[in-house]
Amino acid sequence: MSAKLNALNSDSYIDVSQYRDQHFKGNRYEQEKLLKQSNTLYVGNLSFYTTEEQVHELFSKSGDVKRIVIGLDKVKKTACGFCFVEYYVRSGAENAMRFINGTRLDDRIIRTDWDAGFKEGRQYGRGKSGGQVRDEYRQDYDPARGGYGKLAQQHRPTEARNTF
Amino acid sequence: MSRRRHSDENDGGQAHKRRRTSEPIEIEDRLESLICRVGEKSTSSLESNLEGLAGVLEADLPNYKNKILRILCAVARLLPEKLTVYTTLVGLLNARNYNFGGEFVEAMIRQLKETLKNNLYNEAVYLVRFLSDLVNCHVIAAPSMVAMFENFVSVTQEEDVPQVRSDWFVYVVLSCLPWVGKELYEKKDVEMDRLLSQIEGYLKGRVKTHVPMLQVWTAEKPHPQEEYLDCLWAQIQKLKKDRWQERHILRPYIAFDSVLCEALQHNLPPFTPPGHMPDAQYPMPRVVFRMFDYTDAPEGPVMPGSHSVERFVIEENLHCIIQTHWKERKTCAAQLLSYPGKNKIPLNYHIVELAQATEMLYMRLDTMNTTCIDRLINWFSHHLSNFQFRWSWDDWSDCLAVDLDKPKPKFVKEVLEKCMRLSYHQRIVDIVPPTFSALIPAEPIFVYKYADESSSSLPGYPVSITVGNAIKNRASNEEILTILKEVPNPNQEDDDDEGESFNPLKIDVFLQTLLHLAAKSFSHSFSALGKFHEILKNLTDTDEGKLHILKVVYEAWKNHPQMIAVLVDKMVRTQVVDCAAVANWLFSQDMAHEFTRLFIWEILHSTIRKMDKHVQKIQQELEEAKDKLEKQQHKRDMDKASEDEEGQLEEQIERLQEKVESAQSEQKNLFLVIFQRFIMLLTEHLVRCETGSVDISTPWYKNCIERLQQIFLMHHVTIQQYMGTLENLLFTAELDHHILAVYQQFCALQL
Repeated sequence: MSAKLNALNSDSYIDVSQYRDQHFKGNRYEQEKLLKQSNTLYVGNLSFYTTEEQVHELFSKSGDVKRIVIGLDKVKKTACGFCFVEYYVRSGAENAMRFINGTRLDDRIIRTDWDAGFKEGRQYGRGKSGGQVRDEYRQDYDPARGGYGKLAQQHRPTEARNTF
Repeated sequence: MSRRRHSDENDGGQAHKRRRTSEPIEIEDRLESLICRVGEKSTSSLESNLEGLAGVLEADLPNYKNKILRILCAVARLLPEKLTVYTTLVGLLNARNYNFGGEFVEAMIRQLKETLKNNLYNEAVYLVRFLSDLVNCHVIAAPSMVAMFENFVSVTQEEDVPQVRSDWFVYVVLSCLPWVGKELYEKKDVEMDRLLSQIEGYLKGRVKTHVPMLQVWTAEKPHPQEEYLDCLWAQIQKLKKDRWQERHILRPYIAFDSVLCEALQHNLPPFTPPGHMPDAQYPMPRVVFRMFDYTDAPEGPVMPGSHSVERFVIEENLHCIIQTHWKERKTCAAQLLSYPGKNKIPLNYHIVELAQATEMLYMRLDTMNTTCIDRLINWFSHHLSNFQFRWSWDDWSDCLAVDLDKPKPKFVKEVLEKCMRLSYHQRIVDIVPPTFSALIPAEPIFVYKYADESSSSLPGYPVSITVGNAIKNRASNEEILTILKEVPNPNQEDDDDEGESFNPLKIDVFLQTLLHLAAKSFSHSFSALGKFHEILKNLTDTDEGKLHILKVVYEAWKNHPQMIAVLVDKMVRTQVVDCAAVANWLFSQDMAHEFTRLFIWEILHSTIRKMDKHVQKIQQELEEAKDKLEKQQHKRDMDKASEDEEGQLEEQIERLQEKVESAQSEQKNLFLVIFQRFIMLLTEHLVRCETGSVDISTPWYKNCIERLQQIFLMHHVTIQQYMGTLENLLFTAELDHHILAVYQQFCALQL
């Protein structure tokens, strides 16, 4: 008699997004399965200066955090604005998706998304210049993410230097 | 998605067949959706939507009666904030189809029995309330509802049952009266008066030991913190005085009165409340949290007084909305803000007027319960971090005029510390006025004992250099242990190599050096702890070793409580220290000066939770092994397979059984340590005050006694298991009555 109503079970914040890791080793089905069981979140739009400590403090509010891996520029080996947060249990990650996604960390609105699980090598940006792909092509000026996008920087050499 | 596929495929006869089998599922979803959405924002009026829906459902009854029954029963249970919308719908259906009305009532009674059997008391309240509102819709005859209430109230006559049991039955009856009081009094006033007087008698005799433990504030002004049943009784009394005139509840059935009054009513079958079972978990009593009264909402609609029944109804509905929509924060917010009837009440104050609330809570910090202050600290710092830490700190400059250990400056200090964790030290310096500098947290830097030449006189200095170099050069664990053998032992005079006796300096040198090298980030430190796990286990073989390693971690990172917490967490999880060691360390004399800081309690509660999860995990492994054995045994009966596997499983179960017992023993010991330490500290304080003829109520005392309460409240489920031991060993009659009172308050929560 404990009937559930589908119409009431809306939990849209924990739905999987459209993004799929193109470097994932395995087929689409395997990736979906891992995403649905995952305890790990990708966190994006971080400032380059956001520390592991800050991430830990915020994301611990939704559950016990097992591990944080800060994303690094492949060349410079410095933080490049994303990270992975792994929880001990999935409910921690779900609550982060419901309540932390879309709120601020270090004054920036951050975005969380399900991740199939951290593997060595995935902590590096995949942009040509070493950072994240999004920082290759963006046109705007973001002082917390290296100023102008890499491509835009090539067209404005003097202005880029003035940023610091 | 599968439905779309079916209707797209078009291979002649097959598609036809497929379409027929997929239809009922579509219709069921459609019915569910229609029913769930009625009452939401619409271009048509609620009345016409209900009328329309009743027509649709009536037409579907011949084919989908059971589905409709199931859905309606579910919304009664799961959408209590739309109670009257659905009772009206049922009323309309009953008017069109008497048999359906009867079947619905029967289904509801079955559902009520189920929920009570499964300890789902909050849902059961909604079901009874639904039934009572069906009286207003002419579905249920008033006398039979009164009879059910009489049966509920007769539970108060039962002997030897927990007070929380009879409390619940009384609560259910009272909480239905805002909806149905008027109708019941019109039909059966003599019986209702008798009922209320029975309830009054019961309430007068209730034990209320639990109340002080649950109150947010220890002061009665400006708002008394009332016990929930007392408050509800006062509200019902007032409602009765107002001749049951209740103007807040949305009652769609009034518009349909001409149709509904033609309907035949059903009698509720006689309902005997299920008897008390020992494993029943009745809801715990609570204290009504009130912050605002009519003086706080000066403009706009007047806020209903605390004893007006409107207050009760509004709070119930808002609570239900949050309960239903908590996973969807945007929907939840929208629902709260579009609360029907919001124009008649200062809705924002009912939900909460943020800045004003913060201000009011700050002003009343002196008498606020410590646990509540914790929550305020966490909420407020998190809130600030989303709004660039903008706050009018100067408004709170009164906190600078008192001792730093008083609640207000303490609160601000803890808030700034949490704000720093979400940003960085310089940011905090920048956001507060210079007058607040005493409250700014320390810069979270490592304190390296063996930093430079100035520490060269320290006994551990030479080895710290050697160890540091060894670590940097990736020496093996054996090599490092050999180096550490050179550390003199301050505990021993002669050089006896009698095995691994406790050498505090060894731990100090190794850990200080290691943590210093790994100080850059959490990950670096975790990596270090992992890499040298073997050495750490070696050094912390004894209880003294475990205690000392915690001491060293604190000394090195005392400016960075967040780091201390994560390091302790890692060390517990990797079994370098055990939970009891953490408890002993936190209560030790060395940590006495930090005892009232928030991070201490965060570490303690986190440790208790880890112990809890550990026990649960092994218990689950045991259950799984037992299930496997059962399945295996069935298989054996069927095909005489290997007895070997069964034997293996039985062995595994035996091992797991031992593991569970050992874990539970460790858990019990942890609580014994914690409670014992509390008792020692509190007794010492009380005795000292008594002999010095000093008032016991210092800020430290208030903090300590409330922390003790917090242990009970936050871990009540686990602690219940060990009540016998606690009562026999610790909370005996010889204990000072101030301390014993806390234990008695806790016991009163489930009595």
